[in-house]
Amino acid sequence: MFKSFEPNKIFAITSRAPKYVLFLFIIILTIGLTEALILSPGDYKQSDAVRIMYVHVPAAWISLGIFSSLALLSVGSFIFKNKNFALVSKSLAPSGFVFNIVALVTGSIWGKPTWGTWWAWDARITSMLILALFYGMYLLAWKIYEDKENVMKITSMIAILGVINVPIIKFSVDWWNTLHQPASINILSDTSIHSSMLIPLGIMTVAFALFSLLIFLMKYNTELIKVKNKGLDRL
Amino acid sequence: MINEIILMNGYGVYVWSAFFFTLISFATLYFVTKLQFLKEQKRFVSKFGSLNVEKASAARLQNINKEILSNTSTI
Repeated sequence: MFKSFEPNKIFAITSRAPKYVLFLFIIILTIGLTEALILSPGDYKQSDAVRIMYVHVPAAWISLGIFSSLALLSVGSFIFKNKNFALVSKSLAPSGFVFNIVALVTGSIWGKPTWGTWWAWDARITSMLILALFYGMYLLAWKIYEDKENVMKITSMIAILGVINVPIIKFSVDWWNTLHQPASINILSDTSIHSSMLIPLGIMTVAFALFSLLIFLMKYNTELIKVKNKGLDRL
Repeated sequence: MINEIILMNGYGVYVWSAFFFTLISFATLYFVTKLQFLKEQKRFVSKFGSLNVEKASAARLQNINKEILSNTSTI
């Protein structure tokens, strides 16, 4: 089932794809930034401070999505004993970590004008900080451990343990009284955001997703070449 | 118009710093990843060049090796 996704077969595609993804990312980001900074309206309560949402929310969504993928891939690598899953996870993690940091920092910047403080030990913010720590541990483990079998087990354990935090982040605003506002966008129920703000948010989310795809492809190609370098040493 | 965009009703410093931080983070991650890629690719090319004819022709049998050699600086 996974044979058609073997690195040797897909490198021809992954090595050519980044330039097209970069081109598309720049176009969509330009449209997104124009919408977010100029065309979209201000909020009746938060005024123009609401524009921070267009970088904060997509960054948070994507960092959560990537960490959930890391956990899924880790379970997959345990079940199917497929090393390519570990390679994919390792390539996804750096962009997930950066998105997590962006979500924390832009959230902090947004907190100052709206809550009057840069930081609060609130359930949503603290659980996002814990996610950043899990990302940090995950990336560090790949750097520290040299034994391939060991590092795959350790990073998988970190991802599987860390994913417990994902539903906590999602529902923290419902379970506890938090400074952070509840979710405004719901897949299963009505969304409380007007389309004039929802459209730029959607465009920025697509742009951020393309950026994480770009970084993933570049990192994945780097990892494949590293594997091939080791292969040349053994020749 | 320009002043409105820059000042953003007094929230300009917050909005612009959030967007700048995001874009700087993206640019840093992109260039660090690109540098790592180029470094590995360079290492591969120099290792490939140091192989003897027999080993080099064995290595060339793998499509991925040919792809790496033909795709220098594609990103």
